[in-house]
Amino acid sequence: MYKLSGKLKLFSIVLMVLGLVGLTYGFLNTPSTVEDVKEILAAQESHHGGEAAMSEHEDTNKESFVDQARGEEGFADATMEHHEQQMDEQHHGNHLEHVLHQLQTKPWSATLVSAFFFFMIALGALVFYAIQYVAQAGWSPVLFRVIEGITSYLLPGSIIVVLIVLLAGTHFYPWQNEELVAGDKILQGKSGFLNFPFFVIRAIIYLLGWNLYRYFSRKNSAQESATDLKPYRKNFKISVFFLLFFIVTESLMSWDWFMSMTPHWYSTLFAWYVFASMFVSAITVIALVTIYLKSKGLADFINNSHLHDLAKFMFAFSIFWTYLWFDQFMLIWYANMPEEVVYFVLRIQEYNLLFFGMLVLNFVFPILILMNSDFKRVPWFIVIAGIAILVGHYIDIFLLVMPSTVGLNWSFGITEIASISFFLGLFILVVGTGLSKVKLHPEGNPFIEESEHYHY
Amino acid sequence: MSSHYEAPIREPLVIGEKSYHDISVDVGAPVLGKANKSWWIVFTIALVAFLWGLGCIIYTVSTGIGVWGLNKTIGWAWDITNFVWWVGIGHAGTLISAVLLLFRQKWRMAVNRSAEAMTIFAVVQAGLFPIIHMGRPWLAYWVLPIPNQFGSLWVNFNSPLLWDVFAISTYLSVSLVFWWTGLLPDFAMIRDRSVKPFQKKIYTLLSFGWSGRTKDWQRFEEVSLVLAGLATPLVLSVHTIVSFDFATSVVPGWHSTIFPPYFVAGAIFSGFAMVQTLLIVMRKVSNLEDYITLLHIEYMNKVILLTGGIVSIAYITEYFIGWYSGSSYENYTYLSYGAATGPYWWAFWALITCNFIVPLTLWVKKLRRNIMWTFVVALVINIGMWFERFNIIVVDLSKGRTPSGWTMFQPTFVDIGIFIGTIGFFFVLFLLYARTFPVIAQAEVKTILKSSGQRYKRIRESGESLAGAAIDERTSGKYVSGEDANQTKNNE
Repeated sequence: MYKLSGKLKLFSIVLMVLGLVGLTYGFLNTPSTVEDVKEILAAQESHHGGEAAMSEHEDTNKESFVDQARGEEGFADATMEHHEQQMDEQHHGNHLEHVLHQLQTKPWSATLVSAFFFFMIALGALVFYAIQYVAQAGWSPVLFRVIEGITSYLLPGSIIVVLIVLLAGTHFYPWQNEELVAGDKILQGKSGFLNFPFFVIRAIIYLLGWNLYRYFSRKNSAQESATDLKPYRKNFKISVFFLLFFIVTESLMSWDWFMSMTPHWYSTLFAWYVFASMFVSAITVIALVTIYLKSKGLADFINNSHLHDLAKFMFAFSIFWTYLWFDQFMLIWYANMPEEVVYFVLRIQEYNLLFFGMLVLNFVFPILILMNSDFKRVPWFIVIAGIAILVGHYIDIFLLVMPSTVGLNWSFGITEIASISFFLGLFILVVGTGLSKVKLHPEGNPFIEESEHYHY
Repeated sequence: MSSHYEAPIREPLVIGEKSYHDISVDVGAPVLGKANKSWWIVFTIALVAFLWGLGCIIYTVSTGIGVWGLNKTIGWAWDITNFVWWVGIGHAGTLISAVLLLFRQKWRMAVNRSAEAMTIFAVVQAGLFPIIHMGRPWLAYWVLPIPNQFGSLWVNFNSPLLWDVFAISTYLSVSLVFWWTGLLPDFAMIRDRSVKPFQKKIYTLLSFGWSGRTKDWQRFEEVSLVLAGLATPLVLSVHTIVSFDFATSVVPGWHSTIFPPYFVAGAIFSGFAMVQTLLIVMRKVSNLEDYITLLHIEYMNKVILLTGGIVSIAYITEYFIGWYSGSSYENYTYLSYGAATGPYWWAFWALITCNFIVPLTLWVKKLRRNIMWTFVVALVINIGMWFERFNIIVVDLSKGRTPSGWTMFQPTFVDIGIFIGTIGFFFVLFLLYARTFPVIAQAEVKTILKSSGQRYKRIRESGESLAGAAIDERTSGKYVSGEDANQTKNNE
């Protein structure tokens, strides 16, 4: 039986408190008027004083995004900045208004990135769990309690994410600005889907569906016994329907929560790309938690063949993520259609290091480290690769949100770190508590014996 | 890798009282025996279709592409539709042999050999189209980056059509090597069992002197695993590259980022449908019902359901994003309101019916385990996936950005003749294969016999010992009961 140690509990609470303090600071410290923005920009200018040649260029950039390859403001920022430009026009072409809006959005975005990152780990783990049931996997039942522990974060995590998404309003979603929609034919065309009431209803449906499956599967799985196959069969069935529900709602969720941040832009692959990120991070966390529990001597029934399999999944889905990343990027780069390419122009121009650095963390590093089958059995290697993957996918989510919401005015500072700290603390606390509720060794699953004797 | 313990809840994969010897006999029978009349009849039909197709190809190449129904707007139609269709079919083979090997699916062992054969024969058919749809196919070697006397004039590596050349040729070569490696122990089994000197000579050559030593097996397994690891990204990338032919363009309906994974899912979907079509017949005519069981058919139906589901989600995505984009051009793409009601409405509804509605019946367990119904659904999917490619290619091209270029496509008898010819050629190859190759990977099936064979499962469940249970009186000469074997073991 695992018990969340007092030390870890204290640690996670400290993380959360520090995070909360940092977030409060972040929210309170946003400029509230154009005058504040002027001051901030002036401060930045004096800061860059030595690089006078650069600063002029930077300033124009700071105020409105210019596609450097095309050398114009036209197409490329049309979708991204349309919203702000329209607002600017109403305010007599004041670019500062636009910067103000982005700066006010910053703490919101920072919160969403971390909140979604930890939430998607729980959701991804739940999907992995459902797949193991549906596939009647013989190796993984020993991991079920561990995975259930991780998915216990789903309920708080999903509620927080949904609240952020619903409360963020025009900070994230320009299409919620009625004035803007009134002047935008394209957004009017989309209003059948992108309207607030429907948006709320959809979010609630996802929330309910995912959490109900998590609740019932956990309940059934705890009831499994060697003599009665009923709970197992029930779980099998609901897992099938959950996966069906998930593939649909995951697509909708990605369009709703992320794609609609730049409501003119669209990509058909987008939802699957988000899924890949979610799935690989979740498998990584399953492996890391397993290694942690094993190091405490609490999971001796999990052997290094199980770790090997998890590491193989980390390896394979890192490649899969890269495959989808490349498909989306290359096809848009190749066709170079102005209405689409803006998405990547902004990311490559303004987030260059993160954009390409994430490929090293998410692809190059894991593929090199986890290629060797002996390495995949060494906890130390899995941890190293796992940290790289998690950092990489945090950046991935960061790049999903930040360019679309705060654009050029991004930074990585107190607010961002505080939000990671808060949600990491909450994640440790909730998962630790979830893990300590039942015995870690699942009994009664019809494949448990196969799984215990599993050797690769 | 595979322990002998198996959860009792799993259904047996080899049914009947099979021993190792029985497997050799059953798998060897079609190869060592003689072809019957119906084989010859079917073979003749396939051959005639092939020759007719060959005639059409020669006619096209010698007269010009104008004998096809293509026009200035629709420059790709049946040629590339058939190409993508055949490549797609070929994907199930590699999926079964490589991906299912990585996922340690024991049931793949009864179906992988035929699926791989199907892959290779389908890729051969696919490979014809890139050549014969060229205006000047005799200059086809120019696609290769070979140093030459035009000041070393090279190819442009930016074209997905060139990537296709590399993808398809690599795919064919790797699939062939993978298939042949797996065949070595089986050819050796046929070699050892054949009595006719000529036949023995042939299988001696084919089996490369396989003698089945421990070291050989060790390396054999390693090679299989490495090849499976390489073939998995390969199989994904090949159809991805095929999808790039469309997705890299700026044609409305073609330019879509979901194409790569969606084409791959569609390929597996159609490929498994073809495997079902072939194996349902094969298990009957070659008496392999004990190896390719109802369970195998159900598992394959489940894969069809899964990939069909993924394809359906992609359809919905395409349809939705087409609307969401707000682009007026997107209203004429293959999955749009315009397509459903336009001049190609029948092709649109054929696609929806065959790929979405009919496969939904497989959710019902009774139908999933009904062989006749499976056969029908598999055929319908094959037709539906042809329509999917036809719609993507022809419907999207027929109504492009300028209405003055809008037109329809009408195939000629040559278009149709070549397609029929490739079907004929495919069956010629497959029928010859079914008579000369061990159609079930017997060496692999033997590795799961004790864990998943019905007989051994029964012995295990009744609490008896498996020791000596594999001894067959036909090979050992003398019947040794389980008890005796235990005795011998104890004496040792």
